[in-house]
Amino acid sequence: MEIIQIVGLGMITTFLALVVKEQKPVFAFLLTVFTGIIIFLFLVDKIAIMIDLIEELAVNANVNLIYVQTIFKIIGIAYIAEFGAQIARDAGQGAIASKIELTGKVLIMIMAIPIISVIIETILTLIPAASGDFS
Amino acid sequence: MNYDVGLIFQIAGVGIVVAMIHTVLKQMGKEEIGNWVTLIAFVVVLYMVATVIDDLFTKIRSVFLFQS
Repeated sequence: MEIIQIVGLGMITTFLALVVKEQKPVFAFLLTVFTGIIIFLFLVDKIAIMIDLIEELAVNANVNLIYVQTIFKIIGIAYIAEFGAQIARDAGQGAIASKIELTGKVLIMIMAIPIISVIIETILTLIPAASGDFS
Repeated sequence: MNYDVGLIFQIAGVGIVVAMIHTVLKQMGKEEIGNWVTLIAFVVVLYMVATVIDDLFTKIRSVFLFQS
């Protein structure tokens, strides 16, 4: 029952942060960041198991591994950008948080370009008239 | 959960102790020294947090296939 551990960790940190925040808000913030990182580290182990499983499925299904790896990279970018943005927003820096999120979105779009171009090429080969127009 | 959860209590304890020291030094009329104590304690705690952030980023890089 690891969920009990995580919930307990979160509640303890919440109480401690409430106590510390009255005197020194900086330390309360660092406390929050630290707990967030510990929970995230715990989650990364679980995500690794999932990713191994999906990769195995992709190998068995003869999917090109580069596409699967791109999807994993996109998931990683999404997680880490969300994490950084929420910490920045917690510290009261909403502008920085928005920029981090924007960067995450742009980088995800950039990483998805090969997949999108492959999809477009496949669709164009499926439609004879369209492929005639574009080539 | 192989990470030291005790570090959470350590950070909170440092925060409370620094707040107490700051208050005492303020009563003694030495607020400058209190500010320095706060700054140094902040740097120490920041070092602890930065070490764990480095761990997290290394792990994410290895899990999500960011080998670069």
